[in-house]
Order: sequence, then C-alpha cells, then structure tokens
Amino acid sequence: MRYSGWNVITQGLLGNKGWTRAWRDPAPKAEYDAVIIGGGGHGLATAYYLARNHGITNVAVLEKGYLGGGNVGRNTTIVRANYFLPGNSEFYSHSLRLWERLESELNFNIMHSQRGHIILFHSDGQRDAAARRGNAIVNQGDDAELLSIPQLKDMVPYLDYDQTRFPIYGGLIQRRAGTARHDAVAWGYARAADQRGVDLIQNCEVTGIDIEAGRVMGVQTTRGPIRARKVGMVVAGRSSQVAAMAGMRLPIESHVLQAFVTEGLKPVIDHVISYGMGHFYISQSDKGGLVFGGDIDMYSSYAARGNLPMVEHVMEAGMTLMPMLARARVLRSWGGIMDMTPDGSPIIDKTHVEGLFIDAGWNYGGFKAVPASGWCMAHLMATGEPHEVARRFRLDRFRTGHLLDEEGTGSQHNLH
Amino acid sequence: MRLTCPLCGDRDRREFYYMGSEDYLNRPAADAPIAAWDDMLHLRTNPAGLTRDLWYHETGCGSWLVVTRNTVTHAVLSTERVADRASGRKGAAK
Amino acid sequence: MRLPGKGLIDRTKPLSFRFDGRQYHGYQGDTLASALLGAGQRLVGRSFKYHRPRGVLTAGPEEPNALVEVLDGGSQTPNTRATVQELYDGLQAQSQNRWPSLRFDLLSVNDLAAPFLGAGFYYKTFMWPRAFWEALYEPLIRRAAGLGTLKRQHETAPYEKAFAFCDLLVIGSGPAGLMAALTAARAGADVILAEQDSLMGGRLLVSGESVADRPGLDWVRASLDELSDLPNVRLMTRTTVIGAYDQGTYGALERVGLHLPAADHLPRECFWRIVARQAILAAGALERPLAFSNNDRPGIQLASAGQTYLNRFGVAPGARVALYANNDGARTVARQLMAAGVGVAAILDTREGVSALEDCPVWTGVQIADTRGRLGLSSISGRHSGGEFELEVDALLMSGGWNPLVNLACHQNARPVWRPDIAAFVPEPGMVPGLTAAGAANGTFSTHGALAEGQGAAQSALQALGLRPKSAPLPRAEDAPYVVTPIWSIEGKSRAWLDFANDVTVKDVRLAAQEGYASVEHMKRYTTQGMAPDQGKNSNIAALAVLADATGRGIAETGTTTYRPPFAPVSIGALGAGAQGAGFAPQRFLTSDQASRDRGAPMVEAGLWYRPSYFPKPGEKTWRDACDREALMVRHRVGVADVSTLGKIDIQGKDAARFLDLVYTNTFSTLAQGRVRYGLMLREDGFVMDDGTTARLGETHYLMTTTTAAAGPVMRHLDFVHQAYCADWQVRFISVTESWAQFAVAGPMARMVLNAVLDQAIQDFPFMACAPVTVGGIGARLFRISFSGEEGYEIAIPTAYGEALFRDLLSKAETLGGGPYGMEALNVLRIEKGFITHAEIHGRVTAFDIGLEKMISARKDCIGKAASQRPGLNGPEREQLVGLRLLSGSLAGAGGHLFTPGEHVHRETDQGYVTSTCFSPTLNAHLALAFLKNGRARHGQTIRIVDHMRKTDVLAEVCDPVFLDPQGVKLRG
Repeated sequence: MRYSGWNVITQGLLGNKGWTRAWRDPAPKAEYDAVIIGGGGHGLATAYYLARNHGITNVAVLEKGYLGGGNVGRNTTIVRANYFLPGNSEFYSHSLRLWERLESELNFNIMHSQRGHIILFHSDGQRDAAARRGNAIVNQGDDAELLSIPQLKDMVPYLDYDQTRFPIYGGLIQRRAGTARHDAVAWGYARAADQRGVDLIQNCEVTGIDIEAGRVMGVQTTRGPIRARKVGMVVAGRSSQVAAMAGMRLPIESHVLQAFVTEGLKPVIDHVISYGMGHFYISQSDKGGLVFGGDIDMYSSYAARGNLPMVEHVMEAGMTLMPMLARARVLRSWGGIMDMTPDGSPIIDKTHVEGLFIDAGWNYGGFKAVPASGWCMAHLMATGEPHEVARRFRLDRFRTGHLLDEEGTGSQHNLH
Repeated sequence: MRLTCPLCGDRDRREFYYMGSEDYLNRPAADAPIAAWDDMLHLRTNPAGLTRDLWYHETGCGSWLVVTRNTVTHAVLSTERVADRASGRKGAAK
Repeated sequence: MRLPGKGLIDRTKPLSFRFDGRQYHGYQGDTLASALLGAGQRLVGRSFKYHRPRGVLTAGPEEPNALVEVLDGGSQTPNTRATVQELYDGLQAQSQNRWPSLRFDLLSVNDLAAPFLGAGFYYKTFMWPRAFWEALYEPLIRRAAGLGTLKRQHETAPYEKAFAFCDLLVIGSGPAGLMAALTAARAGADVILAEQDSLMGGRLLVSGESVADRPGLDWVRASLDELSDLPNVRLMTRTTVIGAYDQGTYGALERVGLHLPAADHLPRECFWRIVARQAILAAGALERPLAFSNNDRPGIQLASAGQTYLNRFGVAPGARVALYANNDGARTVARQLMAAGVGVAAILDTREGVSALEDCPVWTGVQIADTRGRLGLSSISGRHSGGEFELEVDALLMSGGWNPLVNLACHQNARPVWRPDIAAFVPEPGMVPGLTAAGAANGTFSTHGALAEGQGAAQSALQALGLRPKSAPLPRAEDAPYVVTPIWSIEGKSRAWLDFANDVTVKDVRLAAQEGYASVEHMKRYTTQGMAPDQGKNSNIAALAVLADATGRGIAETGTTTYRPPFAPVSIGALGAGAQGAGFAPQRFLTSDQASRDRGAPMVEAGLWYRPSYFPKPGEKTWRDACDREALMVRHRVGVADVSTLGKIDIQGKDAARFLDLVYTNTFSTLAQGRVRYGLMLREDGFVMDDGTTARLGETHYLMTTTTAAAGPVMRHLDFVHQAYCADWQVRFISVTESWAQFAVAGPMARMVLNAVLDQAIQDFPFMACAPVTVGGIGARLFRISFSGEEGYEIAIPTAYGEALFRDLLSKAETLGGGPYGMEALNVLRIEKGFITHAEIHGRVTAFDIGLEKMISARKDCIGKAASQRPGLNGPEREQLVGLRLLSGSLAGAGGHLFTPGEHVHRETDQGYVTSTCFSPTLNAHLALAFLKNGRARHGQTIRIVDHMRKTDVLAEVCDPVFLDPQGVKLRG
C-alpha cells in the first residue's frame, strides 16, 4: 500500500485496519540469482538497487536476526559528505545525492533532515586542516563553508566560547549534511526491495558458503541450503566470521562504539555538531532526545556494549563544549560492532572466489554510506566491475599501500 | 573494565593503551615477502571469542602485555608481559 | 489529601513550595509528588504525544507522568521526577510540555486527531513537497515533541566523581538487601549498601508487615543501627546503581544536593565508579499497570504507589477509591486504606472465582470498559461476573502483578528467563560474573523468601571472597505465596495505554504486528514503546505480551528487548563531572610561562601545552607586526624561544646505538660522541611517524628529541619495539621531557648571548655538536642545532632553573637588540628553511614524499622499512613536498588546493594542497609549503592555489622547499 497523507487520513477513519505488511515474510526458495548475506542497511540497499538498477529481482536477503538489527539501527544517524581524500570524496558525494531523493524513491519518510553539520576547530593548524577538507568538498561539487566565531555564535550560541579547555577558533559547516531516522532507512529499503520481488528472510543465519572449483555455488543456512551463483557478504560487525567461511582473513578488527541518547527535550540543538578535540558529536532527534557519541572503546569486542571510561570521556567532552548539557539525562546507551580497517575506509570488492563479493569495513561511518554502498555493491555484483565511485575500496590496497587514511593514524585498526 | 598488570596488579582500564592483536609480535624478517607484512600489519583472524591482544600499561609501569581475553564476554583470562615471552626475545633486527 | 498521624514525614517541619507559580505546603520527608497529592493536586503533567492530562502513577524513579521542571537560581532541571524530588523549603517547580497552561493545553488537540497519529504514522506522510520537511514539517514536529526545556545557559553548579572499592556491593536495601548486608558485614567483608531512595528499608518502609516479631520498620532501624556502627560498611542512600560493567565495575549516581536548596559548593550529584569483588542485586520489583480504556487519567495509580503515599507520606489517594488487580496484593492495600479511614468503593478483581470476603464490595471477573474525568478520574464503568457497573470514584489503584528489576543482571547481554508461574522474567545465576540476585529482583516476593535469599546470596559471596559467614538465625517474616493471573490487555471502548510516557497504546502494538514489525525490537522501534524517560519500566513486559498475542507466539519466544545501561537516567553533568571549562584535559605549563605572560604574550594551546604565540611590543597593531619583527630579529640579531615541549627521551645501555638503528631509518651507531644527528622515524606501516634530533652524550648514552605532538606516541613505540622485538638487548630509556627546560638561542649573535650566561664561554662549537656546560654552577647541556636556519643553539637545564635561565637569556639578548620569539615567528623561520612539522608529517606522508627516501638506510633493517617499499608509498602519482612562492596576492592560511593554471577546478584535476604558509619578512614574499603531485619535477612551474574557504585564488611558483640559504652557510657559520 502506498504511503501518503491521504492514506494516513483514510486509514485513520477506517480504524487503521487496512494497513498491510511493510514486507512479506517468505520462506527461502532453493535457488536465487543472487543472495545477500546480511539484512542491515547496506544489504537491504544492495538488494534494492540490484532490483532497481539492474533488473535482478530473484534475490534473497538472508538475515540471522531481524532486519535492520545491526548498526543501521544503532548509530547517531549522521548523514554527511565531508571526506577529503579522493576515493572517499566521490563516494560519499554520490551517497548524499542518493539520500536527497530517498524519501520519494522509497515512498517512506526516512526524515532526512539537512540541518547542517558543523565541525569545530580549535587551533590555527586545525583551521588549516578544516580548510583543506572544505576545499576538497567543494572541489568535489559539494558544499562547505568556514564559519567565523561571530557566525558560530549566531548559529550555536550555547557553546562555551570562553572557558573551554580548547577554545573554539571556528567551524566548518556542510549545510546539506544532517541526520535521518536510522530505522526508517532500513525499513524503507526493505519495503521497497520487497515490492520489487526481493525475498527478505529473517531468522536465517548463514552457516557455510559453498564453493566449488573456485566459484561460489550457494550458502548453507539454518533454514536449509540455498543455491546462488552470486553471493554478497554485507555483514559489517560479523565480516570476519562470514568471510572465514570462504577461507578469507580480512583486514578488519571488530570494535565497539557506544552512543547515547538523553530524555526528550524541547528543541535546543538545531544542527549536528562535532567537537574537534574530543571525538564528540551531537544532534537532537525529532523526538527531542539528544543523540551523541564519541570514539570507540578502543579494544576489540563483539559484545555490543561498552565500558565507563569512554562513557565518561564522551560526557566530559560534552561538558567542556556545551555546559548546558549538565542537566540533560542520559536515557540509554548502546554499542555497535564496527568493522575497523587499517586505514579507516571501507571495502567493496570481489574476492578470490568467483561470484563471491564483499562489502565491509565501514568503521564507524557506515550509516551515511548506506545508499551508495548498496548502489555500488549492486553494480559490482551485477556487472562484475567496480562502480566508478567505489573503485578505490579495494581489498588488496593494504598490501599495495594505496591507502585511504583520512585520519592519518596508520595501520592500527582502532585508531580510525 | 579492569586488567591485572603482572607488575602493578589489578588496575582500571583507563591506565592502559590498546594496540591490537598479538599479530604485531610476529615481525617478519626484513626480506620477507610483502604478504608476510600484510599478515602482520593488516589481516586479522578477529575472533568472536578468545583473543590475544596487546595492551600497554601506559600510566603504570610501561609494560606491554599480552592479554588473553574473550571478545564476546569481555572476560579476561590472563595477562603476561610481552618482554617475558620467549618470542619477545627474538630480535627482528639483525 | 493528607491523613492525620500517618506516615514517616516530619509534621513538625512544614515546608512551603511552589508549583506552576502557586504556593503549596508539605512536610520534611515529602517528595514533590506526595506533597502535591497531599495538597489535592492530581494533575501534574501532560503526555508526550497526545498531551493528555496526567497525574502521578508511581511513587518511585520509574514515574512516567509526573515529570516537571525544577527551578533554581535562574536555571532549571527538566524532566525531574516529582516522585523522586524531595521537598525542601522554597522549592519551585513547574509543569512542562504544555502551552499555555497545564489545565488548558492547546496541543491536546492531538488527542482528537489520534486516529491519524498512530504508531509510525510519520513514516507514511510529510514527504511532499520535498523542501517542506526542513522548512515546515520537521520544525512543527520538533516543537510539539520533546518534554522539558533545557535552558541554553552554561551550568554553574558543581558535580563530582569518585571511585570506591569493596568486597561486596549490595544493591537495594529492602529485606533481601538488608539481610545480605548484615550477613556479609558481620563476617567482616567490606560492604557498600546502595539504596536509590532517601530512606533504607525498601518495601518494609510501607508494607506494614512484621519482621522478627516486631514491626518491619523497627527491624529496619535496628539493622541500620548495627550496620552504621560497623567500620567495614558504607551506607549510601540516594544512590542508584546504574550499570554493571566489566570486571566488577558498577556505575552509581548519588544525589548529593538535589534534596537541598542549591548552594555554591554543594555538588548536585556524584557519579561513583564502584569496584566490587562480589555484588548482590536486591533491587526489588516494580508493579505493572493494567491496560484498559483510558487508564491514564490523573487519579489512576499503581496500588503499591497508593500504599506508599498512604503509609509513608500519610496521603490518601482519594476520597473514594477503587482497586483493580489481578493478584492478592491490592487487597492488603485496600485493608490499609480502610483502616486509615479512606473510603474504598470496591475491589475489582480481574480473576474469577477468587474470594470476595473483604470489608468492602469485591467484584470478580472485572473488565473496566472505560473511565471518565477530563482532568482527573471521576468514574469507571465496566462489567463484572455479576453484570455491568458504573462507579463514582476519584482514585483507582491498579496492580497487574510484579516485574522483578532484573535490569542490572542483563547489562552484559544475557537474557532473563520467563517464569510462567509468576508471569515475569527473572535473572539466571551468572549473567553478570560475581552478581547474584536475591529477593523480589529474583522473583521471590515474600518477605521471608527475600530475607532467606539475601542471607544465602551473602553467604555465597562470602565464600567466594574467602570469608567465613557467622551463623545467625533468619528473622521470622511473612511467607504468603504470590499468586497472579496475568491479564495483558482489557478490551474496552477506547485506547488502553501501555507506555504512558510515550503514549503507546495496545492498538499501536497491534498495528505494528499487523504491518510486519513483529520482532520485539521492530515493535519497540516502530511504536517507540520503551523509549521514554521511564525506559519502558512500566510497559515493556505488557507490550511484549500484547505483541506475543498479536503474533501468535508465546512471551518467552517473543523475548525482551535488550536491557542497557543506565538503569536509570543519569545527568551528563555527573558523568562528565570535572570537565567543564578547562577541566577537560590536563594543562601543561612551561617554566617560562609566567615570564612570557609578563611580556604580554598570548598563550596558545599546543597539544596539552601552552606556548607563547608572539611577544607584542608597544605600537604593534597586529600579531603580524610582532611576528615579522621577531623573525627579522632572529635573522639579524638573536632570539630566544622555549622549546621544552619537544619530547626528550634518555636512552642508555650497551645496545642503545643498536636500538636507535632499529627505530630510526638512518644510522646512529656511527654517530660520534658529542655529536647530534637528525633522525627520521617510520611507523611499521612505512609512513613517517616523527622526526627529531638525537644526541650521543656518551658511548652508551643518547638523548632523543621528538616533536611535541609525538612525545607520548614515540615513547610508547620505543617501549613496544624494545619489549616485543629485542627485550634481551641492554637498553633502557625514560622520558625526561619534564626534567629539562630547553631554550633555543638563534641568530648571528646567539653565541654572544650564550657566552654571557655560560660559566665557561664556548669557542669552537661546531654545527651538530653537543656538550655538557654549566650555568651558575648548574649542570646544563648545550646542543648546536637549529630550527631557524641561523646559527642556533639549544640549551637544556634542569626544570627548576628553567624560568631563571629564560629570564637571564632574555635580558642578555635584549641588550643586543634581540629578545624572545614565539610560535608565529618560529613557524615563519622554519618555513623559510623548509623544515617540516606535523602540518607536513600528518600521518599520510612517506619518506619519498618529503624527499628523504635516501635516509632509509640500505645497509640495515629498521622499523617501517619493508612496508615503506610498497608501490603505493612511492611514485610520481604521490604528492611531494615543494615550496611555493606566491606570484601575487597572499594566503589567509594553509589548506588551499593546487591546480594547473587553466584547468577546470575539480577533484579530478586536483594536484595537491598547501600545508603551511607565511609571510617572510626576510624575503619579502608570501611563502608556502605544499604537497604537489610529482612536485620535485615541477620546480619552476606556475601553479594555481584555490582556497574556496577563504575565497582566494592566487598563482605561485613551485620551488625547492628551502627558500633561504639552501647551502646552510648561516647554519654552520
């Protein structure tokens, strides 16, 4: 059923009895043209674009839990295209353009809110680095502006401009950046993929990948074997385990990233703000909760929960930057498992197995990448060739040294 | 989260710096093929379960430790000093 | 209304307070909620979405409705639970999420539009036209949503943090917790007993039961007296344990000052990190509401809350009360109400065939079909096994059974198990290592059972701690079985609320199931059930039961959502205590700090350090004036700069030389004693980590310097390389950064200044020499090194003498027309010479990029050598360090990108970027350092620098990065 204001009203008058399922609950078939392992944002988007862009609709998405239960459902919802290294620039730029038409495309209000993202800087050196970044963004064709202190004070008057340990020198804003309702992104893609014939199969864990003579033949699952000549592994958070089924060892270490939300508050923070000195970023959800986070806990983990040192560090950053936060209460914290790569950038590539593809290594930037990741992974699976904007996301770049290290912290997985 | 430093005892996690897998200890010979360096620097088994990784008692005694840990439960099974390991004595430099 | 003589409040201490501007009175010992109820104020809030009138549902921190803003000294705390906020004289509070007033709230129109505002409606609309989302829909939604108001003003009140350590942490002080604490404390264990309430005792404060053959309250008091006399016990009231973290670390929030009028030095809250070897979860249980039509009106309350208001605060829930329950607990409350003289209209039991024998009418098989009363309950109607009824009441106490507070036991991902016999989830042993649940938190509801489990859990903990429990008899207590017949939703005429706080009704959960959001996580996220300030404490179980029913699954199969910290919301002020203002990071000050400030130097952050930016002189209008003067001063006279922030690592041992050969790309074993060499250090992945000079002070003694930023990382790196790869080498090192103050003295007159302070003048002291010297009899070190390109020295002296030497050097320099120079001039001087800093060594740079690939010795291995040979780290497609001399105009800073003149400006034509820039007063030119594709081959070409950010677009000539004195004549002179 089509979603529209008209239908909300007519259904409301009819007791909302007519709303149909957002997606079917099919049993797995014995064979598909393509199988996507992983029903998160990236997997669902891949399935959707396989159908939409390439006409490949005999597709199954296999999800061991519930759709959107991974990082797409546990992040700080930030959507931006402010990377500066070639390879990342064009990819995230493409993603942002896809975001901008996603609601009409999916007929699902994902609440993409282009409220502007401000990165604060705290020294002349950081201003120069921000300028370099901003220039790269503009050269790519996206928007960025440096903000002076008076401009900042006008936009975000509640920051502590005078007392903070690292005084604010200014900010870099991308006005087209913002947030989106994370769960809705997964659901929107799921519903749209389902409408194009994709089978979304929940509670179906892949337990093995069938490979014969160097090419993939299908997968083994908790709901029986499924044959497919094309299999995509799109399982950030479990990439190493799934790839190990194909005999692969990935350049990935799993880490936990915590995030936080406060009790609901009347509108108080109107932008997305990143603190350049403290790995702290914050925005306010439409419901009123302040959504914020910091750095990963820094030790490898699959626990999807973190510890107090990072919790406190994040709160401390908040308190030095915007002391008004003192009286907001943290309602919930959660942890997501991040595929951390040695250069902080992702992987969308073929593997050594014919017909087996991988989309992984999103570090903690995967949410904003969902549309382009799905777009490019679908392109790769359909054509066998990397999409133009994702051609640098190669699996072998670590060996060859063609790195995309935005942070400049080197080949230590947890530092990105 | 807490770790037991063999020299300093039971300490809070914030005294320690985390580096990554113990793979970093397997430094290939200078003339080893690049694949060996790829193994050391990048590729990880990344187990969901028992792992052995490197921690540095940065605000304590300065010892690098190999910690045997469970990445799913966060249980810490043992800690030992890198310098005390037999393999730690194999200098990579000739 | 207040009942005479009852309760634990102190009626000799009346307090006055204001709510929504109106004056009320209460007593010491009241909460804001009890005082409002005592004053007959039933309406205290508005609901989140439909803006329904709401009253007080509970008597604890799980309160979903009675959220208010507490005002103090111009500030305010939103979303304060009136049920937790203790009353103090002069307290001011106001209702929230309503406009213009609590009684008349315009947005209650939402309630009329409810058919269109069901679960997830916003996913289906507001999509057209596209631009309206940010412009119209979202601002409207945001304004309507949210609860209290966080003022945009800086916090001024203090918060604290603390660590505590104990053998046993007991969470909760009801019968189980008290018994556990007594048992463990008597055996000598260090015990912390944490209670979220202001009073210890849990349900014994209000239940009216007897323990050990005396009133329960007396047993509580005697137990607390005993505990507070023991030195090994810490009793912490107003302390909520909010999270169970790894290795026995628990987070806890203590409300230190929230129950008192604000005072300057009174912390509002303290966040505790409690490290406990063992812990007992005795947090009790929460009563469940029942889901029936319009079950959210002010005056409808949990039965246990009614009991608490009656027995603890002496407040009657109403003049005429009904009770609605699916278990026997409400009967006790009814009897206590009647004993206190409160009129009980009827007990409405959902169950069939249960006893009807009470001193009031008892109806069985009751289904409430609807309730009435716009701003407060006036009547209920429905059916019972004997027919239909309509009852005029102003209060309804409900009980849907009890949910053990299993949360903390589930904080490490384990799931609780469903016990059908009590229709509740309970923890299993071992879910959190070292934590044992006891009493109601464990699903054991009788007081006898709680005492027994508390004692047993403590005995097990003692055993684990290696302590021997002392035998003591268990106090006698009530042991009635808990019998409940679950009923999760009651069909009626209107909406039945599950999640009061987020306005989620039974219908919403069913709609989620109908639309395929059938997993409990999908339902939660689609309906927002459980995401409100009460964290679903009042609604999770009932909601998942309704979902289970709608999807045809069992409750156990449906499962719960994940229980996550914090157990109760925690203020950011407490979690981030100490960080406000400058407290976020340590501050490191140079020994010359005061001397620099005395000269008016603006101090700027450099990592954790503060360094002087420039030293203004009278008549200088801008920083550039001072900077130009200082740079020229160094070039023509002499300048003094504090360079103590550079990392200094003292390296000694037989294998020190060998070790340096391993960590540096170049060779240090060949360095002569008394000499200094520039060294390049790579990360193991082949990229440049750091650079600096290292001096050989003796045969087996070196002193390494690092850049300011890399001092810590290099120390860590050296420790790693040593311990991991050559632990048997005879080498030891230690950071001596703070031990030495070090000053650069640079310029043609540098030697004259030095000789004026040194005990023994230097004569022939060649470039890159080092030697011990004395200053006023104090041992110091002199290095002939230069970061300015001038004849330069750095003199290091023990920190205690740093300020004195700095002032002395300045006075000598000033007599020669020299003086201090700051970071700005230092930057100009180094750019003129093409010396790199972390603006260039930004982590993505290779030795090849900076033209130093030949410094990677071919004759030995070093850290990073193998990886540095990878193809991606070398080659003409990489950007190489170049100098840029502007042909016209100027730059406002670095960060501009480079383009070939005439080419379209785009990422694809990007040729590189500017890393550092300055005006050189010596060359009278604007200079820059930059990374340019294949740059070394492009010297002499013209390049375009485009900086969209600063709106500059200039041309520059590409040249060698060394602009000045490329032969180093001045340096060596």
